Formats: sequence, structure tokens, C-alpha cells
Amino acid sequence: MSDILVSARGLEVHFPVRSRGPARRGGGVLRAVDGVDLDIYRGETLGLVGESGCGKSTLGNALLRLVPPTAGTVTFDGTDLTTLGRKAMRDMRRRAGMVFQDPFASLDPRRTVAQTVSEPLEVHGLRSGRRERAARVGELLELVGLDPVVAGRYPHEFSGGQRQRVGIARALAGEPDFLVCDEAIASLDVSVQAQVLNLLRRLQRQLGLTLLFVSHDLSAIRHISDRIAVMYLGRIVEIGPASAVGSSPQMPYTQALLSAVPVPHPALERSRQRIVLRGDVPSPSAVPSGCRFRTRCPAAFEPCPDVVPALQPVGEAPGHLAACHLHGVVGTPVTEVPEGVTAHPPG
Amino acid sequence: MTATSLPAAEPVLEVDDLRVELRTPRGPAHVVNGLSYTVGPGETVAVVGESGSGKSVSVLALLGLLPARVATVTGRAVLQGEDLLTMSSDRLRQVRGPGAGMVFQDPMTSLNPVLSIGKQLIEGIRAHSDVSKEVARRRAADLLGEVGLPDPERALDRYPHELSGGMRQRVVIAIALSNSPALLIADEATTALDVTVQAQIIDLVERLQADHGTGVIWITHDLGVVAGIADRVLVMYGGRCVEDGTVDDVLEHPAHPYTRGLLGSLPDLAQPLVDGRVPDLTTVPGLPPPPTDLPAGCVFWPRCPVRSDPRCETEQPPLAVLSPGSGGLEHRAATWCESGADR
Repeated sequence: MSDILVSARGLEVHFPVRSRGPARRGGGVLRAVDGVDLDIYRGETLGLVGESGCGKSTLGNALLRLVPPTAGTVTFDGTDLTTLGRKAMRDMRRRAGMVFQDPFASLDPRRTVAQTVSEPLEVHGLRSGRRERAARVGELLELVGLDPVVAGRYPHEFSGGQRQRVGIARALAGEPDFLVCDEAIASLDVSVQAQVLNLLRRLQRQLGLTLLFVSHDLSAIRHISDRIAVMYLGRIVEIGPASAVGSSPQMPYTQALLSAVPVPHPALERSRQRIVLRGDVPSPSAVPSGCRFRTRCPAAFEPCPDVVPALQPVGEAPGHLAACHLHGVVGTPVTEVPEGVTAHPPG
Repeated sequence: MTATSLPAAEPVLEVDDLRVELRTPRGPAHVVNGLSYTVGPGETVAVVGESGSGKSVSVLALLGLLPARVATVTGRAVLQGEDLLTMSSDRLRQVRGPGAGMVFQDPMTSLNPVLSIGKQLIEGIRAHSDVSKEVARRRAADLLGEVGLPDPERALDRYPHELSGGMRQRVVIAIALSNSPALLIADEATTALDVTVQAQIIDLVERLQADHGTGVIWITHDLGVVAGIADRVLVMYGGRCVEDGTVDDVLEHPAHPYTRGLLGSLPDLAQPLVDGRVPDLTTVPGLPPPPTDLPAGCVFWPRCPVRSDPRCETEQPPLAVLSPGSGGLEHRAATWCESGADR
């Protein structure tokens, strides 16, 4: 048995962009995920962090084949998902669960908690007989910290945090090995976020789950993750042990991102230097050539527009990689400019 | 960060015993229950709390933005010598703008999608000062430049959908500041934005505040943001202020069990590792009470992990002074807890 549970190679998810209005001509390509190599180890929690539009949710979806990749492969426990037929893919889905951001939208308001949580049991034929399924639903609810007597209730009778627990119970119903949590705490209040974070950490340890925790919240990511991957404009720009990425980031984007996260200590907040980035993230349908971050990078220099940086070992911690020429120019030279990549973007 | 060095200047805003009751199908909701605070010139007061704590309603009430059919507002809120709560609606319209500007959470819904940025700015400028269109347009372009929009002249003719979230929020701030208000109210103004953009907006507000001496009320649930910008913090729970004081006193020596719970449940990037991992978060069990059914006694007692005093469940604790506080501002908390101000 390999140590790697989920693995992506050269993964790309491009969306065609139909132009509207007189000003734009022709169709373009939105490069949501644009060449990602990623290994997720058995039993680890990998935090995937990035700002809105960086492609982190699309990557999470692509790993479960909820969106079809336009290029590259995804391997789950040795099986290439990209070539799997419908039936085989459905069986595979049992082993991978998903917890969504909005607990109000991700539960069917007309189904009881029991119906929602037991659906995966029926679909995958995991428990035959109503009574066995009901017993399993009770177990699952207890596992996520809900009283089994709530099984007959409807989503509107619950608070946001309780709904998110129901969503987690549903995701665990198939006894998955792999769980993707996509902004699973973003819509919750601070004190409730903490409850759900603790729950996920406990479940991960208790069930030996492999967890991909997708979030824009670096504090939460660092709290829950063993390793952190940082995404910018469709690519992973830095990855490594949570302690290394969290305390000594090696890529200017990660450094700016970390410095922008406010911490609840007034004296520290006042004294530390915030790196304020210029401008906005470029559109993923017009990404800069070479290093994608170079248009906002305070340290950009000659090779940045001409060489696409590859992930290379940085810092002291083993497994800490960053895609940045500051650590030596490593990567693929820009020879031709593919569609949707701008050699010299405006601004 | 200037309040401590300022002389005791006349406050910009003085709120005294503000109460808001809303009519709901489930009976009267006591959303704000006796809130008192002041905002000095150039000072930033952060109002902190979770959903339903009454923090947003309390400022909507100040500016007369709650519909009179459902809301009963009592108390006093004196802005530059005039009580906002007894003001005629005509006078209130004059005060919004030069007196107080407001920035809301979602820049997409606070801008009109079918009007250009310039139109929306110029409308606000000309509503409060008798200037020609040309002068107003020039001032609008200056304002957009001041909030850091690239190419302000051209931006005037753009529509909100053509701008990113951060740029839209800059436009909203430009509109709020277009009449140089004495008071700026920011209600979760950076919550919908990415952290790097949030840092830009916070920088912007701090700079503008230093330039114009604006008093700021910053409403947020993010204690990290509070640590960076606030001079004074007010923690709200169940429509009451449960703790207030300088930012250092409240965040470094929280006294109310709710404030402690809130801080403990925050994943903290500055927290050291234990055995190579971050320790579990301490959580506040349960949920905040609905404003239609507030508990008797201390509003927090049903969730309180340390309740022990017999008065907790029956008698409402007053906001008592714990220490004279740093910078001449008292540190106060409304709790029967005797455990003092240190964690």
C-alpha cells in the first residue's frame, strides 16, 4: 500500500469563456486550475489556501471528478479516476466525501436529517433494511456530536453549525477514506467555527481520514493542517509542513498573505510589518507569462516573465517547496504564448 | 492609534442608553438593550460580536435606517451636539453625509448597478454642497484617486460590475467620505474581501482617518482586525455591552467569560505549537440566545463555563469598572465572575 492516497499530475481545468458585449471579440479560456502536481498522503490533513478566484475550490472538485479535468490525471489509491467509467466512478465516490461551504444550500430542505444522512447508505447498498440504516444514522449523528433524536427533523430546525454537522455526517456515511471540506467553516460564527474545527480534527484522528481542507482562512488552515499548499491563479506556488509554511514562508506571495492575516494581539499587530500588495489578482483568463505573481510581486526581477517557475526545495524543513526564482531560476522557459496567457498584461 | 495622545477633546458621538426593540411575528425582539459609548475625533471604536448580538442594528438605529413601523428606538445619540434620535427626517438627511458616512459589508449591494461610479459620487457631493457638475466631477475624481483607484478620470464612467470587490469597496468608501464626515461607520466593511485586499482597505481607512481626524466605528466579528485598528473595544452579546475598554485591556486581559470564550475559539497564527501541533481550540458551547427570548440575569449564563454566583441566573450584572485602564479609559465588564482580569 502506497503512502499516497490521492495524486494529481499536470492537472488542468480550463473553462471556455464566451465573450459578451461589443468590446470583446472571440472566445477565451479561463484557466481555473493550470498545471497542478499534488500528492496527498494517507491520514494527513492538507490545507489548501488561496484567495477568491485562485482555483482552490475547482481543484478540490477536480480531485473528486466533480468537474472534468481538461488535461492531466487524478489517481485515487492507485486507480486513475480520469479514465473510470460511470459505474466504477460511483463506487469510487463512496470512498471520497465532500463537505460544502453553505450548510443552508447543501441540505435539501424537504428531507429530514435521517433521509439526508441515509441516502449514501442506500445508494451504495451499505446497510440493508430500514432498521439497520436507522441505527447507522444514529451512530453517524452521535459521531458528529448531534443527539440521534434529531433524525426526524428538517434542516430549517437547525442552526448553521448544527447543519454543518449534518453535512459532515452525510459525508461520512459511506465510510470514506478521503474527505474534501470546501470552505466548510466560512459561513459560521467564530465560536461555532471552533466547534466544527475541533470536530473535524477529532474525526480525522478517530477515523484515520485523509482530509483536504480548502479555505481562504490561513489561521484556520494552520490550525487544522499537517501540510499547507498555497494556490495563486490556478497553480500551487508553495507547499510544505504547516509549521514551515506558517512560520517561514519562502515565496513572496505566501509572505504577503501571512502578513495580511490579522492576529488578535494589539501590541503584535501594531509592531509588525504588513506587506500590502499592489493591485488586484489578474484575471484567470489573462494570466501573466512566466511567474504568475510577478505583476504584484515586490521582488520580481529579470527571469520572472520569461521562465515559468517550478516547485523547488526551499528553507530548512524537508518537503518544503516553493515556485520562486529567488531560490534559483528553475523552470520552463516561456517559448510560445498559449491562449489566455498574456506576455505583457496591462498595468 | 491616536486616542491616547489626544487631549480630552469634545467627542464626535455620544451614545447614551440606546435601546432598540423590533416587532417580530414571535413577539418583541430586544435587539439592543442599553448601549452607551463615545467616539472621539480620530478615534476608532470597534464593536465586536457574533451574528445576532445587535451590533449592526445599533448603528442602523443611529442613522435612522430602521423602519419606524417595526423598530422602537430610545435613548440618546448626540452627534456634534445634536441628538440623532429626535431629529426630523429632513435634518437627518442633511446629517448623513457631512455628519456621518457609512460603509456596508457587501459593496455590490450598496452600489447602484445601473449608474456609473461618477454619477453615484457626484449625486452625493451635490446633495450636500451647492457646486456645479464640473466642480463635483473634479472632486469625485480626486476622491477616487485618494482611495487608490487607478486612472480615476476614467473610473468615473465605469459601472460597478466592471470593478473587483476591493475596488468597489474603495468606491463605497469614497462615497462615504465625499462630504468629509466627522464620523465614519464601517459595518463588516472588509468581511467579504480577501485578506490582502482587507489589508489595503484598512491601510486606506487609517490613512484617511489620520488626515481628516474622522471618528470611526468599526463593526466586526474579527478580533484580529480589531487588534490592528481599534483604540477602544466594545464587546456585545445579547444586545448588551458585556465588556469594554482599550484594545490592549480587552484583548490581552479579557475579563468577561464570553470575551475569553471568543478569544479562545479563534485559531491564532501567533500561537506556539505543542508537540508539533496547535492545541485544540476552546469552544463556547451552545448558541447565542434569540433576542425574542433573552435569559433573565446575565445574558451569557446559559452558555457560561464558569458560572457559580447565585445571582448569575436572576440578576443582571452591571458594567463594573475593573481597573482605571491604560490611556485613561476604564476597563469595564458586566459579569458576576470574581476571577479578575487575567486569563
